[in-house]
Amino acid sequence: MSATEAPHGRHIPDRLDRPLRSALFSWEALLIAVAVTIFAVNSFASPYFLDPWSLSDLTFNFTEKALIALAMALLIISGEIDLSVAAIIALASTMMGMAVQFGVGTPGLVAIGIGVGLACGAFNGLLVTRLGLPSIVVTIGTMSLFRGVAFIILGDQAYKGYPESFAFFGQGYVWWVVSFELVLFLVAAVIYYVILHRTSFGRRVFAIGNNPVAAQFSGVRVERIKFILFCLTGLMSGIAAVLITSRLGSTRPSIAQGYELEVITMVVLGGVSILGGAGSIPGVVLAALIMGLVTFGLGLLNVPGIVMSIFIGLLLMLVIALPIVWRRLMKERLA
Amino acid sequence: MNAFLKNREIWLLAAILLLIGLISTRYGAFASPRNLANVFNDTSILMILALGQMVVILTRSIDLSMASNLAFTGMVVAMINAAYPAVPVPLLMLIAAGVGLTLGAVNGALVWKLGIPSIVVTLGTLTIYRGATFVISGGAWVNADKMSPAFIGLQRAQMLGIPLLSWIALAVIASFFVLLTRTPLGRSLYAIGVNPTASVYAGIDVGRTKFVAFCISGLVAGICGYLWVSRYVIASVEIANGYELNIIAACVIGGISIAGGIGSVGGAVLGALFLGIISSALPLVNISPFWQMAISGSAIILAVVLNARGERRQGRIILKKAEAI
Repeated sequence: MSATEAPHGRHIPDRLDRPLRSALFSWEALLIAVAVTIFAVNSFASPYFLDPWSLSDLTFNFTEKALIALAMALLIISGEIDLSVAAIIALASTMMGMAVQFGVGTPGLVAIGIGVGLACGAFNGLLVTRLGLPSIVVTIGTMSLFRGVAFIILGDQAYKGYPESFAFFGQGYVWWVVSFELVLFLVAAVIYYVILHRTSFGRRVFAIGNNPVAAQFSGVRVERIKFILFCLTGLMSGIAAVLITSRLGSTRPSIAQGYELEVITMVVLGGVSILGGAGSIPGVVLAALIMGLVTFGLGLLNVPGIVMSIFIGLLLMLVIALPIVWRRLMKERLA
Repeated sequence: MNAFLKNREIWLLAAILLLIGLISTRYGAFASPRNLANVFNDTSILMILALGQMVVILTRSIDLSMASNLAFTGMVVAMINAAYPAVPVPLLMLIAAGVGLTLGAVNGALVWKLGIPSIVVTLGTLTIYRGATFVISGGAWVNADKMSPAFIGLQRAQMLGIPLLSWIALAVIASFFVLLTRTPLGRSLYAIGVNPTASVYAGIDVGRTKFVAFCISGLVAGICGYLWVSRYVIASVEIANGYELNIIAACVIGGISIAGGIGSVGGAVLGALFLGIISSALPLVNISPFWQMAISGSAIILAVVLNARGERRQGRIILKKAEAI
């Protein structure tokens, strides 16, 4: 029987999972190989690629989404999903835009952006854990709700007039060509690595994703941890909202449209099982880098954005299908 | 269980009637049969798509690629029509159905043969089909002036005073009703959603049935590709962008459980109608259309909360499910 799917993430592991998890190492090796290949192709395809400034530009292609992907990875490993992250960005950005009209300064704006993100995440978390609802449905609802509120407030207007010091978050450089966004992402990646792979909290996240019932009976407070994970995803979306708003210098209700699918693509490409229970932070970081490389390389070649998405889609399915086909071949050889 | 399901539809119907009642207090003509028929006609495409999505959701899968499939198929038939206006429209509809079916079969085959979770497969094909639309059209639009009168006019043709589009929707609703309640395939779709393991022991080929479900949703999306393009008289890469979530929203409001196995044709139709009424009524009662997203978002959350009792019962059986596997 093929792996049956539990859309609300209640995944009961079967024997197939073990080879997959032990193959995680080779998964990251595969991603590294893909990344190196694309890097090499890029540097041959365009003479402008191997320039420190253009490589620095490259990082802007993924840092914002990848920040969310870090938290989303934990959420998906626990067997839940959040489709509302892009809508949270829109709402947080709108609130920051409103605050600007009242003359709130940069520290206040950052606090508002992050606070709104956290509040939205907590709202998702409450709905999912208190009412026991499937997260995919809840977050489709809150996705329309959050962005809808942004549309109600903004209509077809745009908020501008952010203070000059606010521009640092999305446009500033910490050291020569190293952008603030990149530094923030690297720090966050290390923090999330430690949380997921080096703490008992991380172990519990895996336990919940593998078997929520067993986790519950082993004394893991499943609902509370899931709530925390939704809050984290909201928080990271709030941080991303600050970065994007600062980079663009304006807020429109359609900001970050479609980001949720790119974030989920990053997470899945990074080797996180959409059914929960398996995945790693280095994989997600590599997947983010690959997506940045692909879009930037194709951009240098003047390939339109929509055609890039074909490559991202193909890459996603190819990388996901490879281990499955491989495993099947190995099984046939053993049998 | 059956009584419970019927109950849910009655609740939804009551909510819709209440909605119509509320709107007609501000705008009396809204409840006229003429106008309600118009609303039905406007919602036809969403209803047809929701039915296709429901079949997939019943089997514990999801099809995120329907809107991209619709855009691709719509572009294909619009381009054929623009290049060869002589091709008869019924043949174009057949082509649309065939292209949509093929794209759906690709999804289904990947889910069936490779065992990739459907959400990953259709997330991939969502972007691929949309990108392919750009590739075949070069990013250009097919406008009204390039489409033949027959291409645009067919679904507007009236039969017994009702546009053909509504008749098509009614025919699709009827065939889904027969499919789901009167055929072995329909039984299998529900069985897989309720308990995939038991279905295997009962002799149902789970993978193949999922494949068929994806073929059905693809077929439906393809037909809607023609309907959409000829209704809004434009084919572009952007059409129906993000619409997959409206389709799923219609299913959710209609009481179709995202966990599989629960749902009815009536529910999907009523869920789509609910969204359709909101979108057609907002401008009438002087609320800016910017409210639409927030209202439908709240409706989805409310619907899920109301459905929670049924879903929670399912969620709690997980103990038994764990034992069974």
